[in-house]
Amino acid sequence: MSKTNGWLNSNTFHHAEFRDLQRLVDEKERLGLTISLCIPTLNEEATIGKEVVVFRSELQQRYPLLDEIAVIDSGSSDRTLEVAAAFGADTYLASEILPHLEPKRGKGENLWKAIYQLRGDIIVYIDADIKNIHPRFVYGLVAPLVYRPEVKYVKAFYDRPLAAGGGVRPTGGGRVTEILIRPLFSLFFPELSFIIQPLSGEYAVRREVLEAIPFPIGYGVETSHLLDVYTRWGIEAFAQTDLDQRVHFNQPTLSLGRMSFAIMQTFLSRAESLGVVGGLPELNRVLRQFQARDDEYEAVEFAFTEDERPPMIEVAEYRTKRSTSNG
Amino acid sequence: MDERFARILARVPAYASEMRRLEDILLTNLVMVAEIPSPTFGERRRMEWVLDRLSQYRLERCSTDEGGNALGILPGRTGERNILLVAHLDTPVDDNLDHTVMLQPGSVSGVGLADNSLGVAALVTLPLALNALGVELESNLILMGSTRALGRGDLAGTRFFLNNTDLQIDSGLCLEGVRLGRLSYASIGMLRGIISYRLPDEYDWTRFGAGGAIVSMNDIITRILEIPLPRRPRTAIVFSSIEGGGPGSKVPTHAELQIEVRSDSGDIVEDLHRRISNIAHEVASLAGAEAEFEVIARRRPGGLEFSHPLPERARDILTALELPPRISPSTAELSAFVDRGIPAMRLGLTSSEDLDEAYERLDIEPIAVGMAQVVGLLEAIDQGCCDHE
Repeated sequence: MSKTNGWLNSNTFHHAEFRDLQRLVDEKERLGLTISLCIPTLNEEATIGKEVVVFRSELQQRYPLLDEIAVIDSGSSDRTLEVAAAFGADTYLASEILPHLEPKRGKGENLWKAIYQLRGDIIVYIDADIKNIHPRFVYGLVAPLVYRPEVKYVKAFYDRPLAAGGGVRPTGGGRVTEILIRPLFSLFFPELSFIIQPLSGEYAVRREVLEAIPFPIGYGVETSHLLDVYTRWGIEAFAQTDLDQRVHFNQPTLSLGRMSFAIMQTFLSRAESLGVVGGLPELNRVLRQFQARDDEYEAVEFAFTEDERPPMIEVAEYRTKRSTSNG
Repeated sequence: MDERFARILARVPAYASEMRRLEDILLTNLVMVAEIPSPTFGERRRMEWVLDRLSQYRLERCSTDEGGNALGILPGRTGERNILLVAHLDTPVDDNLDHTVMLQPGSVSGVGLADNSLGVAALVTLPLALNALGVELESNLILMGSTRALGRGDLAGTRFFLNNTDLQIDSGLCLEGVRLGRLSYASIGMLRGIISYRLPDEYDWTRFGAGGAIVSMNDIITRILEIPLPRRPRTAIVFSSIEGGGPGSKVPTHAELQIEVRSDSGDIVEDLHRRISNIAHEVASLAGAEAEFEVIARRRPGGLEFSHPLPERARDILTALELPPRISPSTAELSAFVDRGIPAMRLGLTSSEDLDEAYERLDIEPIAVGMAQVVGLLEAIDQGCCDHE
């Protein structure tokens, strides 16, 4: 593990290291990079306006780090797109990007379609439900890609002190990370267990990586990214940045159960195709949860099949668009 | 009219248009500062944010003082005058409330926005505004996010700075979120206190009855309401909050009443202080209980005359911006300036319809006008147009 300990030291950052935004913009311009921000949404009218304003004023008007800010929506029933557009974001309905494809609905679908729609050499994905929004959520993730050419994929992690004392401050992920993902990674992909918050929804990635990996459309997208990038480029391709606190809406345990069920499907299918586990039976795709009603328990069943989009580079329209824009 | 001031008046409407281009930056500052909880005595994180912002905007001598205030100086060309611009950092909001800000086209919602996150956001945005407008002041402009303004804070931050700074402050402006058009240049007399009523452990229920502290506090309120108040000088007693009792069927042994006395006359404030204190002690002694009237904040009445050039110029600027000026007395930051005889005013920045709720909604569109008003008045002060002849 000494190699990974070295990785932990050299590829783990704190956003404060990158607070000299003028230097970051100068380096970005020297390298001729373009950077796109993608915010995937579904009914986020409460928080989307401030995210767009904060990123636009700080990271476009004051410091031209971002070349575009795009909101890609799954079909909100509220005013998410109207609010985002009013504050200056480019807004898209996921279903209207590559419209001839069979429609799929999920966060991963929006992230995948962003690769086609947006023009950046780097795409940074930020969730729309952040309550304490700050420019660091973007520049903290983008900066390692600008300063370190060998880094391809930067994950966010957050300060979540579980207890304090004795000079040790445990920093970890959420419940699904600590109960499911970290034990699985520790068993089968130990180097990936050094990623502090593998399920965080904020990351920045080079286009050459994004276009080359498949995208589960649901909860499994972050897990599959880590496995696919690790398999192809190794742990050295990753970096992670401490973005301090992220305040968001906590999910109830039953929702986390459904999330875990989808992630397990992704993990097991990847592990099997990589030959890490074998002889798996056909997996049951129905999750059964229970709720109490008066004196009786009632089973609620959720059927999940984690659908997946292929690597974008395999989509003919994408290759045409890129060759046209590059030509 | 003075030619210099006429030129300022002529360009102030254009300032409002220009300020709309900085709207995103101001809203960004508003969102970021408003999401930092900042109850009175708990302003440290907001103070650090202001300092960080002032440093980023390249102000000089960015620092904090022993009062916990966040300070930065925008040096003037000559620096012969010092103008202090203040926005208090504390809000009357518990830090356990959800501080998420919601931005919608035309409005911004959240807690503590009017009092006083918008004032702080405007304060830190001002250097950029002056730069964008091409306004370069002769005077030094001192920007200060002040601590402990509200409630028991009793303006401690601003008072500390004014009592200890080695700079001579020539004028002051206090920024508040609302309301645009409202001008305050005089402070009314005010006394804020808490009446605590407590039944002793050895209370004799057989002799004094089982009405408890809440009933006795009710007696105190009734007696206070019987005090005749003059119509002139204007005087009022405000019952701000009441607390007492607990769960279950126990007779309450403790109650607290927060009360505020306001008057144009300092003598009347002192007289009412004495009377209320006597009522509390009398009701308590009749019931064999204990009462205390603790004063937590005081303001002396005073300030500028209506005809003083500073409020006069402020009214002219509002009129040039097509806003009818409304005059209202203040019990806020202004009092700290009044106490030291420094000409000062309090300015509001925007309008709002939902100020009675903890979750406030402010209008975005008028903020540019509010900022134009601040810049225009700063220029007028800077060029000597507000000096008393």
